[in-house]
Amino acid sequence: MIEIKNLRKVFGDKVVINDVSAVMEAGKTNLIIGASGSGKTVFMKCLVGLFEPDRGNILYNGLDFTGMEDEQRKELRQQIGMLFQGSALFDSQTVEQNVMFPLDMFTRLNHHEKLKKVNEVLDRVNLKDANKKFPAEISGGMKKRVGIARAIVLNPRYLFCDEPNSGLDPQTSLVIDKLIHEVTKEFNMTTVINTHDMNSVMEIGDHIIYMYQGEKEWEGSNKEIIYSKSKKLNDFIFASEFLQDVKEMRMLEAEGKAVNGKNGK
Amino acid sequence: MTFFDHFGRYLLMIKGMLTKPENWRMYWKELMKQCQDIGIGSLGIVVVVALFIGAVSTLQTAYQLVSNLIPKSTIAQIVRDTVILEFAPTITCIVLAGVVGSKIASELGNMRVSEQIDALEIMGINTKAYLIMPKILASFLMIPVLVIIAGVLGIWGGRLAGILSGILSPEQFDEGLLSGFLPFNVSFALYKAYTFAFIISSIPAYFGYFVKGGALEIGKASTTAVVTSCIMILFADYILAALLL
Repeated sequence: MIEIKNLRKVFGDKVVINDVSAVMEAGKTNLIIGASGSGKTVFMKCLVGLFEPDRGNILYNGLDFTGMEDEQRKELRQQIGMLFQGSALFDSQTVEQNVMFPLDMFTRLNHHEKLKKVNEVLDRVNLKDANKKFPAEISGGMKKRVGIARAIVLNPRYLFCDEPNSGLDPQTSLVIDKLIHEVTKEFNMTTVINTHDMNSVMEIGDHIIYMYQGEKEWEGSNKEIIYSKSKKLNDFIFASEFLQDVKEMRMLEAEGKAVNGKNGK
Repeated sequence: MTFFDHFGRYLLMIKGMLTKPENWRMYWKELMKQCQDIGIGSLGIVVVVALFIGAVSTLQTAYQLVSNLIPKSTIAQIVRDTVILEFAPTITCIVLAGVVGSKIASELGNMRVSEQIDALEIMGINTKAYLIMPKILASFLMIPVLVIIAGVLGIWGGRLAGILSGILSPEQFDEGLLSGFLPFNVSFALYKAYTFAFIISSIPAYFGYFVKGGALEIGKASTTAVVTSCIMILFADYILAALLL
């Protein structure tokens, strides 16, 4: 579980994150959504320690990340996996070497054991026959899968994904979403996803935080989002007529179920 | 950013890489990779530059020594000392600032822009130690070796040019080469090589590591790194000559 208390981050005169508090629970996919420039990337970078917040606390299972010594931070970071927007794979290494890198650095396993573990994780992300390929030789969707495999190879307790669907077609996006959701449940990880993708919101949003101009505007689940009264959230989520229709259909379906439930059907 | 901001951040970068490695074996592997890139990767250009500099210095020295009162072997003496004192360390390192410096700056810049450095940081790896320290150590190991090779080849190139152009005989050249030789000059060349090795590796590493933006900024950082390294090499060259000679 990650607990965020009154987080604030300022760049110069600009307040990018203003007094944001939230709780990200284990075994759930926690989504941070918001328009470009709303502060969600800075928020995530504060959570993983790439930016130092100016105020507030970030507690990883009760341990205050913001006040930690460097050595303690290093240890905690070995429990964190991250999938980057551009996958951030090491160009000069093959898929196998990329996934093996955390094992090489932090474990004392022999090569055979490491290779077995790498193959297990690559199987888990449905990536076969790509071990010897370089990142430049594989597709965007495959790169994301390698990124996920590298992020989960040390069995982390926390998984962060920065825009996992950017640059992917809708079908591949769904596959990646499903994969992240499945590994979250399977390994009981606390997963935090920063996304623009409304499909992700509706499909895997166990817990959603909507950021608006650096502040938390709304919080809830994908089931609650269609009933939200927040105009800013509705304008953002249901921006197109098509999505408004989807919202209305979903609401009608939900009301229908409630009526059927009352009638005992 | 002012000069002092850059200098302060540069010193903090150097301080930041002085930590215990997370895994000695992985650091060793990275050091060997860098030794290969910096040493073997630059050998070809160093050989070519050294041979021609030695050859040209023989021809130009002979051109300037027109008096019959000066023995021909003096040409070899002058070539030897200029190659050891200046050409082998300084010119080789200016060439290396272009070859190695731009490679270091663009490699780190690309890693920064494509978030590979962030990925390493999140894994709990000290990226300054893992990415910069092996480059500086590899430069310390390989650049003095390259300077020695350049010195030897420079003198050999000079000898060859002298013989082929008929300026002096091999015996005359060898006589000059051995007369009045000061072993300190070799030590001085090595002091320079170590100083320049640090400049060639750490300054481009600084510009690459802290790059912000995209491909254009990586190119700019690479150019700035090479220009700054060259200026710092010439500055250090003067300081060392003033202090030690």
